[in-house]
Amino acid sequence: MRTISYARAGAEAVAEEMRRDPKTFHMSTDAPQDLLKEFGEGRVREVPIAEASFTGMAIGAAGSGYRPIVNWAQVTFSFVAMDQIANQAAKIHYMFGGQAKFPITFRAWIGGGGNRAAQHAQSPHSMYMNLAGLKIILPSTPYDMKGLLKAAIRDDNPVIVFDSFRLLDVEGEVPEEDYVVPIGKADIKRPGKDVTVVATAWLVHEALAAAEMLAKKGISVEVVDPRTLVPMDRETIRASVRKTGRLVVADESGPTASAAAEISALVTEDPATFARLRAPVLRVCSLEVPIPYSPVLEDFVFPNRNRIVDAVRQVVEAEKAAAE
Amino acid sequence: MNPSPEIQRNMLRLMQTIRRFEERASDDYQAGDIYGALHCYIGEEAAAVGVCSALERDDKIISTHRGHGHCIAKGADLDRMMAELYGRETGYCKGKGGSMHIADFDIGMLGANGIVAAGIPIVTGAGLAAQMDGKGRVAVAFFGDGASNAGPFHESLNIAAAWKLPVIYVCENNHWAAQTPSSATLALPDVASRATAYGIPGVLVDGNDVLAVHEAASKAVARARAGEGPTLLECKTYRWRKHTERKQQLDRRPIEEVESWKQRDPIPRLIAHIRSQQGQLSEAEWEEMDREILARIERAVAYAKASPFPRPEEALEDLFA
Repeated sequence: MRTISYARAGAEAVAEEMRRDPKTFHMSTDAPQDLLKEFGEGRVREVPIAEASFTGMAIGAAGSGYRPIVNWAQVTFSFVAMDQIANQAAKIHYMFGGQAKFPITFRAWIGGGGNRAAQHAQSPHSMYMNLAGLKIILPSTPYDMKGLLKAAIRDDNPVIVFDSFRLLDVEGEVPEEDYVVPIGKADIKRPGKDVTVVATAWLVHEALAAAEMLAKKGISVEVVDPRTLVPMDRETIRASVRKTGRLVVADESGPTASAAAEISALVTEDPATFARLRAPVLRVCSLEVPIPYSPVLEDFVFPNRNRIVDAVRQVVEAEKAAAE
Repeated sequence: MNPSPEIQRNMLRLMQTIRRFEERASDDYQAGDIYGALHCYIGEEAAAVGVCSALERDDKIISTHRGHGHCIAKGADLDRMMAELYGRETGYCKGKGGSMHIADFDIGMLGANGIVAAGIPIVTGAGLAAQMDGKGRVAVAFFGDGASNAGPFHESLNIAAAWKLPVIYVCENNHWAAQTPSSATLALPDVASRATAYGIPGVLVDGNDVLAVHEAASKAVARARAGEGPTLLECKTYRWRKHTERKQQLDRRPIEEVESWKQRDPIPRLIAHIRSQQGQLSEAEWEEMDREILARIERAVAYAKASPFPRPEEALEDLFA
């Protein structure tokens, strides 16, 4: 199978869906030139740097029969449009009693790795999970990116598809033919039996590297990628933990009220899963400061494979430690 | 240029319906049958009716927290409106919205909205959709003087002007943003003058003169349908009641100011016009019209009261399409 980058996979998904459905159109600052060339200015709208208004316009167009794809570029810019996201897009279908559909796909990069400092390297995907009414997607591979983004564009609801900045150039196998990855379905990226590591986006790759390192020490790690944060595939995660009895959650945002906190809770509050837990659940997240600029500082703040290895060792040794 | 006597009578009926609907809603709110927040539009009826009478059913509007007038003027069903205020299953939003979120997408009413200025970009997007559809439809943003100070107003006017979107921006300048006089927050007293910055027509009308509003709106609609772009239409008007119907609601407005605006009531003004121009609408006819309106609202209240509340579990429905 051919390999393409994560960024390319996203671009292909948009172009293919725009070919498929004439009601789709694209809104962003600095229009992507290949899209513009293929679809023209009518369907590839180059908007002012005014997120509040173009995000709202997407809602109005969606409520009028269109299927807009809005690219905020970086998640930090989405905050400028927060009223339209939190008060309007998330609530408009529900508060009007479901009388109209609002099929909108929002895209934005999250994450560090580029020394882009506090405003441009944050990972606030967890914040959006608190707004009932939005579906939230965070893919880790080119295959998942393309399939989930296509599913998002075809979905009749507002969906935010986050791109992981660190993964934009990562290559992976992507079929040429049309496919979608269903929203709300987790994926086991590596089967194992001793410890479950639920990881998101870039940390899926770090978890896989950690699993390789740990395999050499005789510890078998199962890596589960939720892929969709809302709705979360609780059953796949719980089933994995019931099998291994141990859980580490790795996510690039801070731990407080986060995706990692939610995953920890959905495992511990389920009696059948809790009964199988043999160790406390650990979270491997970024430290809770704004992301600093200098590479030494940035690397210190973000989680990585070594911290996942440490956490896995800790949960494996927890019973022994408790017995001492 | 004035619309036909029949249309003028219909305008009168709609304005009086808005007024009677809200008088009743306010009473029922005080009685505890209507919940949350209720913002009355009484005194401003000529703006909604003057503008909506220049529109077709397929044209779209968006409203504000003070939205009953826009709903009624665009043709919303009084039964379903009242049922929504009563929190019933048969309401427009199945009891999930209430006064601040009534919408009727079938008649192009894209919703009342509890966030000042938030509807302006949304309906600008409906204008973009209308332009892409190419069927000559237009979109109308209703908003107040308060919203004209907010970013989304300026952003939307800019992009609508740049793309020649078929949108009419209707500022209902009622001189007060909640408790704050617009004189304290507007750099220039006339919102319409801001149109200059975007190279579009800025039209100022007496918002209590429904025929003047209708004429100005008709011109703006014709311009939008012809693909010539947006218009900013400012209707100077006044709300007679406090910001909300809450008993403890503060009201800083001078009583003389409120009273002076009541002397400029848009409803007797239209009645006087109808009588002077056409020599018709006797006192008895007007009383009969008002009786019909009151009876219609009584039926809406009866419908609401006879309707069931939603089952509690319905709170979990309609999260996603």
